[in-house]
Formats: sequence, structure tokens, C-alpha cells
Amino acid sequence: MDFSDTPEEAAYRARAAAFLDAHAADLPRPTGGEMDRLAVARRWQAIKADHGYACITWPREWGGAGGTAMEQVIFRQEEARRGVPIAFFGIGLGLCLPTVIRYAPAEQRERFVGPAIRGEQVWCQLFSEPAAGSDLAGVRTRAVRDGDDWILNGQKLWTSGAHYSDYGLLIARTDPDLPKHKGLTMFWVDLKAPGIEIRPIHQMSGGVEFNEVFFNDVRISDAQRLGEVGEGWKVAIFALMNERVEGGKDRGLPAARIIAIARATPAGDATLADDGAFRAAFADGYVRMRGVSLTRYRTLTAMSRGQTPGPEASIGKLVMASELQELSRRLIEAQGAYGLIDDEALSMADGTVHHDLLHAPGIRIAGGTDEILRNIIAERVLGLPAEPRVDKDIPFSQAPKGI
Amino acid sequence: MNFDFSEDQEHLRNEARRFLEARCGIGVVRGVLDDGARSHDADLWAALVEQGWTALTLPEEHGGLGMGRTDLCVLAEELGRVLAPVPFASTVYLLAEALMMAGTAAQRERLKDIAAGRCIGCIAIAEGPGEPSPARLAAEVRGGRLHGVKLPVVDGNAATLALVLARNGGQVRLHLADLTDPSVTRAPVDTLDPARDLARIAFDGTPCEPIGDEGLVDRLLDRAAVLIAFEQIGGADRCLETSVEFAKMRYAFGRPIGSQQAIKHKLADMYVNNQIARSNAYYGAWALESGSDELPSAAAAARVAACHAYWYAAREGIQTHGGIGFTWEADQHLHYRRALQLDMTIGSPRAWRDRLFSALEAQADEEL
Ligand SMILES: Cc1cc2nc3c(=O)[nH]c(=O)nc-3n(C[C@H](O)[C@H](O)[C@H](O)COP(=O)(O)OP(=O)(O)OC[C@H]3O[C@@H](n4cnc5c(N)ncnc54)[C@H](O)[C@@H]3O)c2cc1C
Repeated sequence: MDFSDTPEEAAYRARAAAFLDAHAADLPRPTGGEMDRLAVARRWQAIKADHGYACITWPREWGGAGGTAMEQVIFRQEEARRGVPIAFFGIGLGLCLPTVIRYAPAEQRERFVGPAIRGEQVWCQLFSEPAAGSDLAGVRTRAVRDGDDWILNGQKLWTSGAHYSDYGLLIARTDPDLPKHKGLTMFWVDLKAPGIEIRPIHQMSGGVEFNEVFFNDVRISDAQRLGEVGEGWKVAIFALMNERVEGGKDRGLPAARIIAIARATPAGDATLADDGAFRAAFADGYVRMRGVSLTRYRTLTAMSRGQTPGPEASIGKLVMASELQELSRRLIEAQGAYGLIDDEALSMADGTVHHDLLHAPGIRIAGGTDEILRNIIAERVLGLPAEPRVDKDIPFSQAPKGI
Repeated sequence: MNFDFSEDQEHLRNEARRFLEARCGIGVVRGVLDDGARSHDADLWAALVEQGWTALTLPEEHGGLGMGRTDLCVLAEELGRVLAPVPFASTVYLLAEALMMAGTAAQRERLKDIAAGRCIGCIAIAEGPGEPSPARLAAEVRGGRLHGVKLPVVDGNAATLALVLARNGGQVRLHLADLTDPSVTRAPVDTLDPARDLARIAFDGTPCEPIGDEGLVDRLLDRAAVLIAFEQIGGADRCLETSVEFAKMRYAFGRPIGSQQAIKHKLADMYVNNQIARSNAYYGAWALESGSDELPSAAAAARVAACHAYWYAAREGIQTHGGIGFTWEADQHLHYRRALQLDMTIGSPRAWRDRLFSALEAQADEEL
């Protein structure tokens, strides 16, 4: 049991820190408009790629650094310490590109991987639809074969970043007469292709980070298919497996910042930091958030011992999202009526806590809802039996459908 | 970073598990539970001593094996799994630790007795309802003699040597007191967990000597909190395993109850709590072993998470079993009782949440 850096890890950390400090002026900041932030992030991504700090765990042949998962974590810790946000490339590099590398022919890999690593091209995930979220295998977007091409028709929904993305990973139904998991196929699409229309969705947090994407007779080549026809489900599972390892990243303010806020918040004749109820509630939330971060180190240790992380990594987002929601609500509640003010200039921590409170509901839904994650833990980790399903073995076209 | 037990420690775990499966079946636990006259299982205790478990972390010059605290965590987890009815925590995590941390050369001689199983320890802090506070403490040392009543004291009937918190001059400190002295009167008190020993001890001019400084009790409880967290995790994981097994076999409405989401999600939550507790406890183990100055926050976090996990697992373990879970014959209530016993043994989770906040405040001040 050793939590400190090994000599190699310490050396890597020192190198990473020196690199980051040398590029202090290039580091992205969490503030500013989306397009400005994207421009800065692209530049930063290219600098990292030049120095072997982009896609640290990817093999060198794919432009990675051939490093360990631990090195990636160390680099990210050092970035986070300097206030660098995670943004824009997570879905592409975490989920889409690994799928391209695994399933696309060589010349497409050459074409896509480099520009993605350098932040020149951004990818999005075109999975969810109006009638297919948790039950992803219920997608209805149709891909119909036409010679060497496919014609796409349908609608994707909740596509994060589609409005600034160049390409997307798309799952479509190629045979509605097969049972639902069997009639699916995965493709990549160029979002500039004729017939694609992207409409931003105004989300409850006020921002516009996701979109609906319409496909009207969009013609794509069969060369854009990833995996065999009818194997889309398997490819989707491969893509999502990568997503879960990424999930559960640290969120919210560090404990020291929260304690400073509590001390500055009047409560009765003393401060929130003296209030027994707050102290107890904060302690309970802290051990859960801290437990998630520490669980990730156990996963890393398992990986360094040659084991593959399993579905147990799903606990991260499940715990973190709810705790973030409750903690921010608690801090805001303690401000009394003043807590209603949501203004970067007036609210605590420049509005971060209000931002977290309004984003938390989305985190609890995106990438597997709380309920779905509990199902996954129960079935795949604990081995409990699946629920009975009425639509699994009948043709998709005959399965019951609602709104 | 290497954030898990080592191969040697996993080996130690396998041996410990095999040993306890053979020597500490549920019948052994029930033997103490059902017999009000027994404070612990003396045969099991003797067997543990013979295995060298009480000697594990003691220095070699005192008859110990000189192994680390993380090794001890492994044993703690295994003891917790099987609900071992023995005064291990009181003797090894508390008395022996106190002697090693702060004992004078003469006091440390007692370690030999612990290694050889001739000495059982206990810690006597509480004096009645509510969390003890130094300001209200009544036990007092006058002219080298201890006066006062401690209620309750875990393992107070089985113990031969007590750590007693008492006023002495202007200070509140721990003292060593020999419980076989005629000035000591002790009696069992009925308890939520009759598989474990609980006593009332009256000191009426008992010879005693101070050990350590005023800060020792808090440093000692931090260390014990980490080790006890592993016992709690052992118990909580056992509850989860039993409940999962049952949920696969028990049918209602034509299918296993484990395919119903209400049960599934309950068990998933149990799993999550246990993992959260385990990760916090690993950090506590590292802080303990490495002497990190983050030990106060790490220990408190380990304790808060472990108390929550075990209580939830024990409580919902009964619920998962339905009516059978509410019977004396079913083992679920043994965990329910033990979860409560471990919750309250070194200060309640309520007190430890507050302690965690204080520790984080101290850490934050340090960072600024
Ligand atoms: C901020 C955000 C970003 C997103 N980004 C993307 C993206 O980039 N690409 C993409 O493809 N998708 C994206 N999504 C979509 C996301 O994956 C889905 O919203 C999510 O999977 C839930 O699907 P749904 O919205 O259809 O809800 P539903 O599946 O209809 O769920 C509604 C409710 O029913 C519950 N429920 C459903 N099935 C079960 C079950 N079997 N057991 C118990 N409860 C159940 C759910 O937990 C939920 O509470 C994003 C969503 C959000 C909020």
C-alpha cells in the first residue's frame, strides 16, 4: 500500500510540471465564449501533441506517447492544479477515435487519428435519439443500402458538441426485421455532408452544449462502416467501455475552498463552519467524493498489475453527480435568500457552485443515468439476474413503442 | 503509487481466512452471543495468540513479529467478516498501540505479555450517556490512585490491563491500570451486541500510572479508527455477499427477487458504499503505515465511510431477506448488532464526522 509517487512517477511529474510551467501562457482557462475557448484548446492540444502529452497512453504509432495510465493521471493532476479545464476533445479521443482505430481500415486511421490528437478535428457521439437513450439499442435512424453507399434518414438527439464537431460516430438501424440488438450497424459521418442539419438545444443550465442532428437522405459510402453490418451493438459496447473508464472525474471545489466558503458564511451567531448540521453533512459527502477519487487509484493499480478495469468503474459518476448536486445545494441554501443570486460577480467562488447545481442534473443523466448505472453494477458486478424483457427476441419492427 | 495490498498480504489474507473458517464458524459467535456469562471465546483467543496475531505488529525485542500496520489491516478485515467474538481490537489496536507509541521502557515490557496472550486490554473513556468531553470527565487520579466509574467499557470484563482516561493534576490523560487489583469492581452490562463484551468498571483508589501526553488519546483513536474500519468492511462485504446469494435464489412473482430493481438497486448501493469505504480505508492504512500528517483526516474519513457502509449493509441485509431475516436463527442480526457495536466503540460516527471536518480545517489552514 503506497500512495506516494514511485521515483519514476516523481520524475514524470517533475517533467510534466516543467513543461506546463514553460507553457503557462498557452494554458486554457475555463472562462470566455465557447469559440474562443475552443481556439485556445486546439492550440494547447497541438502543443501537447508535439511534446508527447496528448493521448499519453496511446501507442506511439498512433501519435500517442506509449505511456502508462498512471502517467496520464499525473499529467492531468498537474494540468488541473493549474486550472486547465477538460473540454472539447474528451468524446472524440476518449470514445470515437479508439473505435476508429479498432475498426476502420488503415488509410482512414492515418487520415483521422493525427488531426484528432492535435485538436484540428473534433468528433461527437451520435448515439442517443428521441426514442433511444438508456435503451440505446432502440435507435430508429435508418441506414439503407444503395449500391456501395448507404442512405441515412432519422434524428439524433442530445449530441454534445455537434455544433463545433467535424465528424461523428453514428449508430443506425440497418435491418428493422431483426431483433433490436441485431439490426444495428456503426458508421462515421462527416457532419458537413449534404442533408445533415444541426440544431442546438437550449439546456436547463442556460447554455447550449448539445444538439439535435437531423439526417435527410444523407448519402455515405460503405467505406464509412465500422465493423460488420449487424454488429453495431458490439461496436457501441466497445466505444462505451472507453467512456466509463473516463467517467467519474473529480468535480466540484476542493475541500479547502469549501471550508473557506463555510467560514465566510454567517450562520446564527457564528459561521457555517461552526454549524453541526453542515459539518456532518459535508463530512458525509466528502468521504463519498474522496472515495471515488481513491477508487480510481485502486483501478489504476489494478491496471498497472495487468488487469482490465471492469464495470466497477461505473461507481464514479454515479456517486460524484449526486454528491455534487447535494453539496452545491447545501452551500447555496446556507446563503439564505442571497443564495438566489446567480451572478459571477456576486456569488461565492465566482458562481462555480451555482453552475454546478444547475449542471448536476445533466451529469446524473448523461452517459448512463443513475438508474442504469445501478442496473449495471447489480447485473455485471454482482451477477444478479437481468429483468425480464418483452422486446429482446422479436423483430424490432414489432416491438412495443411509446413516446 | 501502488494502492492495494501486496501479494504477500493477499497470501496472509488467504491463510487468515482459512484459519478463521476452521476456527470461527458462526457457532463460535453464537456460543458467546447466547451465553451471558462469557465475555469472549477463550479457545479462539488462544488460537489467535498461537498464530501470532497478537504479536504481529509488536517489535521483535518484545516477542513480536515486527510486521506493518497494513498487515494488521488484513487480519482486521478477516476478523470482521466472521464476527470474531474476541477482544482483539481492544488489545492490539488500542493497548498495544498505546504502549508502542508512548510507553516508557518499563511499560513496554507489557508488550511481551500481549504477544504471549497473557494480557488483554481495554480502553475506558465513557462515563455515561453522550459523547465524553474532557471538561465533563469525572474520573480522577489523586495521589497516584484512580477514582471513578467507567460505563461502558468494551472488553472490560475480559481485560487484565486498562487504558483509562482520567483527570490528573490539570490534565486529562490516559493511564494504565491493572484490572486485577482488588480496588477494581467490574460487572457485565447487557448490550446490543452480546457476542462482544461490555462492562461497568468502578475504580476505588486503584494504583495507576500515566501513559503518554494529553494528545495521545486522539492519536491513538485515529490509528484504531483505521484498523476498525477494516473490521467493518469485512462485515459489510459479508452482508453484501449473503444478500446477493439470497437474492438470486429466492423467488417471488415468478422470478428471483434479485431481478427486481428495488432489490437490485439496494444491493448496488451496498456495493458502492462498501467500495467507497474500502478506498477510504486503504488511504487510511497508507497514512497509518507511512506516518503521513494527513492521518487525522484519513482516519476520520475511513471511519465515517466504514460506519455508513456497515450499517447500511447490515440494515438492508435484513430487509433483503424478508421475514427470515428477522429471526434469531438467521445470522443477519449478528451483523446488525456488530455494526452498532463497532459504530459506537471508539466514539460514534456522529462525533467522527465532526472530527473529520476539524481535521480538514486543520489541513486547509496548513495549505494556506
Ligand atoms: C448533458 C448531456 C449530454 C449528452 N451527450 C450525449 C452525446 O454526446 N451523445 C449521445 O449519444 N447522447 C448524449 N446524451 C444522452 C444520454 O446518453 C441520454 O440522455 C441518457 O442515456 C438517458 O436517455 P434518455 O434521455 O432517453 O432517458 P430515458 O432512457 O427515457 O430515461 C428516462 C428515465 O427512465 C429511467 N430508466 C430508463 N430505463 C430504465 C431501466 N431499465 N431501469 C430503470 N430506470 C430506467 C432513466 O434512468 C431515467 O430516469 C447526453 C445527455 C445529457 C443530459
